[in-house]
Amino acid sequence: MSSNLWAWLSLVALGVFHGLNPAMGWLFAVALGLQEQRLTAVLAALPPIALGHAAAIALVAVVTALLGALLPGAILLTFAGFLLLAFTGWRIWKRFRHPRTRFRATRRELAIWSFLMASAHGAGLMVAPLLAVLLRSTNEVVATTNHVEHLQPFAQSVWLAFAAVLVHTASMFVTMAVVAVIVFRELGVELLRRAWVNVDLLWVAVLGLTGALTLALGLRGLLS
Amino acid sequence: MATWRPDPTFYPSPRLAIKAPPERLAYVVRLNAHPNGQPEALCVVDVDPSSSTYSKIVGVSDVPYTGGELHHHGWNACSSMLCPNAPHPHIERRYLVVPDIRSSHITIFDVKENPTKPKVVKVIDPEEVFERAFYSRPHTVHCGPDGIYISALGTPDGEGPGGIFILDHETFEVLGRWEIDRGDQYLHYDFWWHLGYDTMITSEWGTPRMIEHGVLGEELLAGKYGHRIHLWDLHRRRRTAVLDVGAEHQMLLELRPAHDPTKAYGFVNSVVSLKDLSSAIWVWYRQNGEWKIRKIIEIPAEPAEEEQLPDILKPFKAVPPLVTDIDLSVDDRFLYVSCWGTGELRQYDVSNPFEPKLTGVLQIGGIVRRAGHPAVSGPLNGGPQMVEVSRDGRRVYFTNSLYRAWDEQFYPDGIRSWMVKVDVDPEGGMRFDPNFFVDFGEYRAHQIRLEGGDASSDSYCFP
Repeated sequence: MSSNLWAWLSLVALGVFHGLNPAMGWLFAVALGLQEQRLTAVLAALPPIALGHAAAIALVAVVTALLGALLPGAILLTFAGFLLLAFTGWRIWKRFRHPRTRFRATRRELAIWSFLMASAHGAGLMVAPLLAVLLRSTNEVVATTNHVEHLQPFAQSVWLAFAAVLVHTASMFVTMAVVAVIVFRELGVELLRRAWVNVDLLWVAVLGLTGALTLALGLRGLLS
Repeated sequence: MATWRPDPTFYPSPRLAIKAPPERLAYVVRLNAHPNGQPEALCVVDVDPSSSTYSKIVGVSDVPYTGGELHHHGWNACSSMLCPNAPHPHIERRYLVVPDIRSSHITIFDVKENPTKPKVVKVIDPEEVFERAFYSRPHTVHCGPDGIYISALGTPDGEGPGGIFILDHETFEVLGRWEIDRGDQYLHYDFWWHLGYDTMITSEWGTPRMIEHGVLGEELLAGKYGHRIHLWDLHRRRRTAVLDVGAEHQMLLELRPAHDPTKAYGFVNSVVSLKDLSSAIWVWYRQNGEWKIRKIIEIPAEPAEEEQLPDILKPFKAVPPLVTDIDLSVDDRFLYVSCWGTGELRQYDVSNPFEPKLTGVLQIGGIVRRAGHPAVSGPLNGGPQMVEVSRDGRRVYFTNSLYRAWDEQFYPDGIRSWMVKVDVDPEGGMRFDPNFFVDFGEYRAHQIRLEGGDASSDSYCFP
């Protein structure tokens, strides 16, 4: 497990990154709180947003896990790397429009909006390579200790995928909640004028970088 | 092109927008009242008191076609881009979208590259509007969180229904008709929204047929012009309520909702009462989940001699105030009311929207009054019409023409057009800036947009 610590930490870090993005949820929660002039409205908006985000990640994670149980790690990584680079290219070349919903969104609308927002941004894809790495090493551990190539591989992989989603979402939720409450109670939305940098540009850069690294890792595995 | 930080002219809330720096330029559309083949134009007026060209037209950019009539215009993007439900904070406010109320062209000017020399970057042909939206006579422009909304007075054949269509805020393509379920809504004029309540409001004037050859006396006396406002679910694009002030009050025009998104009320003017020629201001508001409307101000007609009046008014022996535009300051405190007939600009304190207090009156022009201005000698005609308030609420600008065919009916001697500026006392009260008077001569100035945004350009998602 300790050799995978960096992968788990990366999942947490990506959660912080997603949580900090104003377009991913905390700003929506703050706006609803300001509209109703109470902190509880901020807090009530956060769980559905986190749930939608988790669903978007889980979708990719489960697919990755299932593929991971069938394919060798190196092939999975190569495939994920290609997919990430293709998605990055699409984000650069095609004009991007944010999903939208009503301002006074219900919990259900918030969750759906958050799911679409995370999916459209490739939040799940960003997490996929980390999961692939975790799957590969877990499979290796299983293989060396039990001398059995696939011990309940599906259950094992899916279990790992859910753990990854949980870790990532918990980190995203905590970040989002802390930022939302601080902005609502202390800082005020004036900071948007300076602090709302173009996260989309950063995001595309991170996607591209992750894709390139994943592809390199996968290809190295295939060639060695 | 996407920017790294939000456009500096975007403010999350009206409270913050009030602190914006004063505007240095005003963009004013100018129409050509004479059929001499000269095109309409977007003019740039210097409104920086420290500049040597203060109160002068420092730039004129023609539209690339003739035979139209410019009227209102608006920005491609504004503070609503910061709304969390459809965020686009890294788009620039740099294009003015200028629809033509007669020819149905829409011209896009870039004012960033050279702010005093707006450059035409695109012209949307009338056919694109007709085909994609089945609307014509585009009118008012508002930058919405998810696109540019434009109202249209009617269909290509000059009848109804009028409505709203959407332009893509980056490519300026006509995306199509906005309404999904309009109920019995047929007439159209202005629109705006309460973003905090996902509610659109639209008002009623007349179809192109009813306005393009002047006001039709018979239809007016029969109460055929608009007298209702419609409330819509902004997200689902369906009408949810109708408020009718009664056919006695003809033409419900400009909609000025509170800028504070937590407040669900706004103001609208009715132009003329069939009973006594008065104009009125109404407040719509939400109470226990239900929308209501109530008259809060009535401005009476002023008696006049028959020989002082144009033909259309002679039988009535009175000058109607003809309130044709209103504007609400960004802090929702002062409402400015243009009385185009009597030649008055009124200022009301509407801190309590149900109990307005008259805090200032200025007189200039007017059908009978013909009041002058400290900067020029002699009488002036036309009257206060399109009025615009700076974001900090300290300056008010207005022009004096209404609409070509209607100008001729009420000012048959031909309007000589001007733009003036008023300095506002923060506690109420106004006075003319004696150094600001822009003479547009035979051309006619209409809507004014201020650099960086103004009281009728931006809407906000945060209080």
